[in-house]
Amino acid sequence: MSRLHPPLTPSKSKVTRMTDAPRRLSYGIALAGQQNCGKSTLFNMLTGLRQHIANYPGVTVDKKGGAYNYQGTTYNVTDLPGAYSLAAFSPEELVSRKVLITERPDVVVNVIDATNLRRSLPLTFQLLEMGFKVVVALNMMDAAKRRGLEIDISALGQRLNSTVVPVVGRTGKGEAELRAAISDAAEAPAVPQARLNYGPLEDAVAELHSALAGNERTNDNLARWRAVKLLEDDQETADWLAGRLPDATALFARARHMRDDFENKHRLSAGDHISATRDRQAAEILKHCFVDTKAGTVPVSERIDRVVLNRILAPLVLVATVWAIYQLSIVQGYELTKITWPFLAGFRNMVADVLPDAGFLFDPHIRSLGLWIVDSINTLLNYVPIFLILFALIAILEDSGYMARIAFILDRILHRFGLHGQSTLPYILGGVFAGGCAVPGVMATKGIPDARARLATILTVPFMNCMAKIPLYTLLINIYFPNEKGLMLFYLSTITVIVALLVARLLTGTVLAKEQTAPFVMELPSYHMPTITGVLRRAFDRTWLYIKKVGTVVVAIAVVIYVLLQFPGVGADAREGYETRAEASVTQFYTALEGNPHREAVKDPAALVQLINVQAAYKARRLNASSKEAARALDDGIRTDYPQFAPFVLRDRTPEGKAAMRALRNLANERNTIRREMRKERIETSFLGHIGRGLEPVTQFANFDWKINIALLSSFAARESSVATLGVLFDQEEGENATLEERMGSQQASEGRTALSAVALMLFFALYPPCLATVIMVRVQTQSGGWMMFSIIFPTVLGLGVASLVYTLAYSLGMTGMQTMTAVYLLALGLLLLVALPKPWLPDMPWQQPQEDSA
Amino acid sequence: MRGKNSISTGGGTCTGDRDRKGSRFGFGFRWGRSKLRTASDALTLSDVVPGTDCTIHRLYGHGPARQRLLDLGFQPGRTLRVLRNAPLNDPIEVQLGDTFIALRRQEAEHVEVAPPSDTQQKQGDTDD
Repeated sequence: MSRLHPPLTPSKSKVTRMTDAPRRLSYGIALAGQQNCGKSTLFNMLTGLRQHIANYPGVTVDKKGGAYNYQGTTYNVTDLPGAYSLAAFSPEELVSRKVLITERPDVVVNVIDATNLRRSLPLTFQLLEMGFKVVVALNMMDAAKRRGLEIDISALGQRLNSTVVPVVGRTGKGEAELRAAISDAAEAPAVPQARLNYGPLEDAVAELHSALAGNERTNDNLARWRAVKLLEDDQETADWLAGRLPDATALFARARHMRDDFENKHRLSAGDHISATRDRQAAEILKHCFVDTKAGTVPVSERIDRVVLNRILAPLVLVATVWAIYQLSIVQGYELTKITWPFLAGFRNMVADVLPDAGFLFDPHIRSLGLWIVDSINTLLNYVPIFLILFALIAILEDSGYMARIAFILDRILHRFGLHGQSTLPYILGGVFAGGCAVPGVMATKGIPDARARLATILTVPFMNCMAKIPLYTLLINIYFPNEKGLMLFYLSTITVIVALLVARLLTGTVLAKEQTAPFVMELPSYHMPTITGVLRRAFDRTWLYIKKVGTVVVAIAVVIYVLLQFPGVGADAREGYETRAEASVTQFYTALEGNPHREAVKDPAALVQLINVQAAYKARRLNASSKEAARALDDGIRTDYPQFAPFVLRDRTPEGKAAMRALRNLANERNTIRREMRKERIETSFLGHIGRGLEPVTQFANFDWKINIALLSSFAARESSVATLGVLFDQEEGENATLEERMGSQQASEGRTALSAVALMLFFALYPPCLATVIMVRVQTQSGGWMMFSIIFPTVLGLGVASLVYTLAYSLGMTGMQTMTAVYLLALGLLLLVALPKPWLPDMPWQQPQEDSA
Repeated sequence: MRGKNSISTGGGTCTGDRDRKGSRFGFGFRWGRSKLRTASDALTLSDVVPGTDCTIHRLYGHGPARQRLLDLGFQPGRTLRVLRNAPLNDPIEVQLGDTFIALRRQEAEHVEVAPPSDTQQKQGDTDD
């Protein structure tokens, strides 16, 4: 076997600063390290707030960049994604390698987990072999000390021929030394590439190296590294060389011959040998500069895992954790939105003030559109407190190391359905138990290493019960199932998980079958106490990303939906009718005020419109006023700004004042009624209304009428609007004061709709395509418009199919709504079990095999 | 059922004879596994009872799975300990040096192992 030759050959001359070379104003630095080495903590330590996140084109790996100044020089830092090696198998490795080769940073800071030296050093060797000036940041020195690991820093530095700086990223210890070392390395002369001795492969490496060095287009300081890569059968390198060498094919043939030769002689593939050489080299170095004084004792992390991953306790701990996340983020976060909502409402009122005033019947489009956009944005921003808490908790889970354990516990179940252990988190965020949001859910799929499972997760997370689906369920359940509320809600909130798992299985078996899968080989990092700054930073970063990415698109789509709902608008005849009614109500108003001294204030129509607007603004503000003082201040504001309107708007004890107020109230009510009827007609005759009617031939099998079609269409922009739209469409008659439940119930009943129709509608809504914001996130996360379209079309077809089938079948069988729902639920559950449970005829379940009695 | 009583340190030599049976070592072993890609009669990491040490003999498979295993330190000759099964029996967790790794049985079956023996340790490549 290959014995180790003097480690890494470049002469060990201490780097000396070149005094006469002109100082450069900026240097490029790359941070490289394996997963869980604390690289991002060091990145934050170095760059502080000067950083930016961008995606690498074509992959979903984040590119983090930042900068800092040190002694008048700017250091631009790129944080490479965590990669175990530079083999270019995973997207992280590919990106790391591409950046290293194309951007050629002046210094590579190799972050190493001091408690895991042996596994970390092979990456260091690869960086040195690529000829980089490497500064080794030996992170987590505190943990290493606690574990009783003694590391001879200077010996390690000598062995690696690089500066090794012990640091503790969490506390910032060693920061000054690290900056100084980076600066020294940046200003030092270039180093030759290190040569690891590959023993029996060394001749082959040398031959390929000289072949590459013989051509000026391939003779750079990566030539030897490329020679090694060729022996590893690395496709990327072959592609790079193919474009530059005239006789590339011959060289590749030669390399293949050498690989085969080696394999025949040593019964070991060349790649394995190269990998093993690096591993042995690491062991060899550690022999000389590393002592484990507590060897044989059980690390703290493992002691925690004995409890947390215990076969019986693990599920309990997991359920408790998930419950805590749900309670803190969704339940408490919802409480928090009650505090933040007034600010958003205040913002809306402010915008309402700035925009041109409303008319008596017709508002300027700029006003309605402006408020429409503000409403859409507010709907989005309303969830920000929930997201902040949620993202902070997730950051804690990730930083502490528990997230990886969740994947470990649940992988068995999820893998059955083509998903991955790490699909758990997206599902939780999406709302496994009523109340989540698919947007952060889809965002959280980023960490799933398996492309197929990741896509399946992205496409099924929207089936979860997002917070905005709840109002429609509540509405329908209150109308049709007032006595079975609990059971119905249970059915709805669990059937979505069942469907999501089944769909995931279906998709991974069909359209996703060709996607790449990745092995489930995952490091379980040691437990760490998360730092406050680290957690907060991540929470704010991710929330901001959500606002930025989703916000812009929601505004654009809001405009489109607005146009579809507003145009072509009410016809001229109808318009005239409304105007006549409005005039009549105004006349009535003036008649009521006959002889009243306050009539002076509203002499002309312009003043009247102003009064109505002042009153509307006052009402909105009053509703939003948090305290008595605020309300009083509001009243005083009216008295000083509009003294003439005060009797109409504010409570007044004089008979004239009371009469004025009553007259205005009547007028305002009448105006509201006319406007609502107008809005109803406008929606009915709008483009969206026509689409809704046009869809009736298709949706009739599920017993959806055009009103429901419109509600469903508009809820695509934001789920919340489904109930709001229904509220407009199932409008109440004049003078009636029924709730939407009663109105919709009676109207629907008169049209022959029953609880069965409600079941069909709820099933469709449960399977309904993701809302726009989610669709945008799907586009971002899959980097594909195709998958985005699929995420819209597939659930629509599925939902409509299921709803139609269920309705038609149940109707012909004469089943009630409740019976139907129970039947559908049991059917779905049965199908789930059929897919999930071991099948004796498929011999791939380990515990199905006969087991050996102890010999 | 599998149990601690099946662990014993009495082992044979590990020179790579392919017809070793786990039972000969009194190792935690289940038979009749017929995964096509792995040697059906060799002892794999998936067969090792939690709490037991074993030495990596060779790796099967290719591509990303193999590379990831190598990167994480699954090098022939190194010793690792199987720590536990997940609550539903799959994946498993192993300790390799200072690294704790979870892997599915499917991947574990790509790692052929042998009980730790003197011959292996003499090569000086076991764990610290």
